[in-house]
Amino acid sequence: MEFDIIVKTVTKYWPMFIRGAGVTLLISIIGTIIGSIIGLLIGVIRTIPMPERGFRKIILKVINTILSIYVEVFRGTPMIVQAMVIYYGSKQALDIDMTPLLAGIFIVSINTGAYMAEIVRGGIISIDKGQFEAAHAIGMSHIQTMLNVVLPQVIRNILPATGNEFVINIKDTSVLNVIAVTELFFQTKSVAGINYRYFEAFFVASVIYFVMTYTVTRILRYIERKIDGPENYILYANQMQVETPEDALMREQKYKGSI
Amino acid sequence: MEKIIDIQHLSKTFGTNEVLKDINFSVNKGEVVSIIGSSGSGKSTLLRCINLLEKPTGGKIFFKGEDILDDKHDIRAYRAKLGMVFQHFNLFNNHDVLSNCMVGQIKVLKRSKEEAREVAMKYLKVVEMEKFIHAKPHQLSGGQKQRVAIARALSMDPEVMLFDEPTSALDPEMVGEVLKVMKELAGLGLTMLVVTHEMGFAREVSDRVVFMDKGVIAEEGTPEEIFNNPKLERTREFLKRTLEQN
Ligand SMILES: Nc1ncnc2c1ncn2[C@@H]1O[C@H](COP(=O)(O)OP(=O)(O)O)[C@@H](O)[C@H]1O
Ligand SMILES: [Mg+2]
Repeated sequence: MEFDIIVKTVTKYWPMFIRGAGVTLLISIIGTIIGSIIGLLIGVIRTIPMPERGFRKIILKVINTILSIYVEVFRGTPMIVQAMVIYYGSKQALDIDMTPLLAGIFIVSINTGAYMAEIVRGGIISIDKGQFEAAHAIGMSHIQTMLNVVLPQVIRNILPATGNEFVINIKDTSVLNVIAVTELFFQTKSVAGINYRYFEAFFVASVIYFVMTYTVTRILRYIERKIDGPENYILYANQMQVETPEDALMREQKYKGSI
Repeated sequence: MEKIIDIQHLSKTFGTNEVLKDINFSVNKGEVVSIIGSSGSGKSTLLRCINLLEKPTGGKIFFKGEDILDDKHDIRAYRAKLGMVFQHFNLFNNHDVLSNCMVGQIKVLKRSKEEAREVAMKYLKVVEMEKFIHAKPHQLSGGQKQRVAIARALSMDPEVMLFDEPTSALDPEMVGEVLKVMKELAGLGLTMLVVTHEMGFAREVSDRVVFMDKGVIAEEGTPEEIFNNPKLERTREFLKRTLEQN
């Protein structure tokens, strides 16, 4: 019976599954973090106001072009192909011998970076122009404006998209098995190769993948709510009450009820 | 009298649209100057050219005798000396009231946190928002937001305050609280350049009134001269139209 075999697979091979899940999480977390940093940097660079003329304009144009190519290429090709090209390319053409794990982290990071760059750019563009103008008007530089005013708002706004990237990464690191990264898919294949029980092994893997993505989704949602903070604030002196939307809603309902 | 801002032959075009044409005028230290004129006449563009949110196409702007359009001029240091109040407040959404008034002081003027806080509190008291220091912008009414925006600008200890229709986006019942603060500031001897549709304010508070029309300064003078004795037909027409609306 399959259920028996599933239990047996788990009890016998659980260290392999756990190690695989660990590698999957490690690569996805580091990849998402580095990718987000890349995305933020690129987003900031690509929104630097273009100088009207001069050397700086040329440099900025060249950098922007390179960044656009990077974003387009990595968004336009499958990660599984990127993995092969980068892993074997660095070995054969550049004579760099990366471990599969390092190569995996590298690939996921730059792949995520390409997606995050667009997400960040969208986030920056959607911030009200007045925020930039007010910051510039009190004398802030582009970097100061970004760090103190714009990016905190952007990060809050793109948090759902970032969480989404993280969840995608947990699932998509499975393609790294082609370069022998010992993540969950690779480990599951190994387990199945030992006892030839493909369905049972991959059933276990699918449960683990789902638990990981579901947990991450919940945690991120919790963080989002935390960042939004309490809707009401404490008045310095308790002379006036400012209504929260919830309060307003309740008052309205009460009012309607009394009619 | 010391000229704090001196504008000579200023022009600004957007594409082929000549928005400002040969603007010449100056603001003296301690003076309150109101700019009036119909919508689209270039009032905002003039203010935005003064603090370089827009780059003038031609002409010169002198700040205390210094040519600020000179390439070598430190634009950011100059901007910090001008306080700008926008029609739509533009408070930093990610900062609370107190922090809105501190961040510029700390990052641009390099003041210590303690000093910045003290200065911010001083001006938040002036605008009577000291009880709301932990509120985020989205929790405030329009009038409250604008008063915080004024405190934020004042916290930089600017030498000139620029107001771009500070009450135009407010519900009528909140206009008064903002005008009251601005009157107080004028009373304190602050140099102010105010674009406004509030003819009462322009008349009572300003030392000088500038009437702009289609990108030029059509007429300027004391409030009495402009409101009681306008020289030009178009000034008369504008005032008549505006006063009828109110
Ligand atoms: N950034 C811009 N790009 C193009 N045209 C602009 C821009 N800003 C203002 N204008 C134009 O300049 C003219 C004057 O605008 P503005 O200075 O805002 O007038 P006011 O503040 O007196 O209502 C208008 O015709 C407006 O369309
Ligand atoms: Mg305007």
